[in-house]
Amino acid sequence: MTIDFARRVPVTLRINGRDLTTVVSPRTTLLDWLRDDIGLTGVKKGCNEGACGTCTVLVDGRRMNGCLTLVVQCEGRSVTTVEGLAGAGGQLHPVQQAFADHDAFQCGYCTPGQLMSAVACIAEGHATDDASVREWMSGNICRCSAYPQITAAVLAAAREAADSREGR
Amino acid sequence: MRDFAYARAGTAESAAGALADPRTSVIAGGTELLNWFRLGIADADRVVDIGGLGALRGITQDGDELRIGALATLNEIGEHPLVIRTAGALASACLQAASAQIRNRATIGGNVLQRTRCPYFRAEEPLPWPCNKRDPGSGCASLAGRHERQAIVGWTRDCVAVQPSDPAVALAVLDAQADVLGPAGPRTIPMREFHLTQREAAEAGQPMRETRLEPGELITGYRLPASSDGQAYVKIRERASYEYAIVSAAAAVRLEGGPRRRRQGTARIAAARVALGSVAQRPWRLAAAEAELPGTPLAREALIPVIEQAMADAAPLPQNGFKVLMARNAAVRALLAAGGAR
Repeated sequence: MTIDFARRVPVTLRINGRDLTTVVSPRTTLLDWLRDDIGLTGVKKGCNEGACGTCTVLVDGRRMNGCLTLVVQCEGRSVTTVEGLAGAGGQLHPVQQAFADHDAFQCGYCTPGQLMSAVACIAEGHATDDASVREWMSGNICRCSAYPQITAAVLAAAREAADSREGR
Repeated sequence: MRDFAYARAGTAESAAGALADPRTSVIAGGTELLNWFRLGIADADRVVDIGGLGALRGITQDGDELRIGALATLNEIGEHPLVIRTAGALASACLQAASAQIRNRATIGGNVLQRTRCPYFRAEEPLPWPCNKRDPGSGCASLAGRHERQAIVGWTRDCVAVQPSDPAVALAVLDAQADVLGPAGPRTIPMREFHLTQREAAEAGQPMRETRLEPGELITGYRLPASSDGQAYVKIRERASYEYAIVSAAAAVRLEGGPRRRRQGTARIAAARVALGSVAQRPWRLAAAEAELPGTPLAREALIPVIEQAMADAAPLPQNGFKVLMARNAAVRALLAAGGAR
């Protein structure tokens, strides 16, 4: 039962609906790979230690920090970045539209991570009220401190999602 | 980040076998290991990934026993109905740890093995100051420098750091056992004894040792008694969320009599368990208080002297005397909340 260790590892995964096969050095993080090799620079590199949340992406629908995830840990998984949110004709995702409508950013650097985290927060059912949104969005730091507007945008997008589910 | 070779384990046994080589580290979620590699805290050349091992997943109840696989994430545990119902302090501790996105990666097996948040320890190499954990024999910069957040019990002049895990405090108070697999086969370690204070480690002749886990051993899961006791985890921190504890407390309480006495505010404790977190390099179970609490009214004034007595061993550092009072209050709040007091 010996294990063979490798310094180059093939990985097959899906990025924003597109299947890709690549070969990486095991230490390559999902964050660095998405930005430097795939060109998806929407995902931002803030602290690179899991403290700021601006590298948040969805892996199989769950939000995760790209800086704390290795590409080799994503074998067979489906990754969604902010570039994968908008519709085919460039139509904004409802959460993106809600952020625009509520002025939920100033400098915008944290916004891709905030959007990905918000999409997951709503899908998880945690966008129920101000306190719950603040708690479940606390992993995304906004140094411009647009938290009230972000909270309002997340709640508005959650309401819209619930309305469309119920056919209102 | 440090370069390393990588392999996916097919079984827990083969992963444990690979760990027999001291140059090998295990990765599950990776939220700690990747930062260790960046800072130079870990120096493994090979990493074995156990993330794909289905046998280490899952949360189940078997009779009176709750079983949690080492790969269960903090969010999975915190939101699992079985855990909420029978180990509420653990569910609460998991959801008060880290952030939502870190909790989707961080596993309960790795969480208890996280290292201290001491800023002198968590600096990038080459370290500009002494730290016995990073460079044994160099000294402790925190003892001579800033140490507001450090230990109030069990520390030595070699190291004053605390263990920051929230779930570890709940696992200790709920009498959980860790199942581990190693070169000598499987064995269990009680979670109230899993971590070592600096003083305990020094007495054992290994002053920098932090846990009873042996080299080459892998945590495969936890077993804990499913409990109907009321439970709570109280975490005191500088931000409302996404911050390490200054102090924390976990409690499990069974009351004498029924809910009527509780409503009237005359409830008494039948049995209680209580532990403090972030006050030592291990969860500090207040055994002396647990012996005194039966018969004690579930009321702040009655609980304070019992907790103070049990904390008589506290030996704060010059800058962290406030943690003694804060920890006392956290323990009292946890007991009140666990007992259902308003």
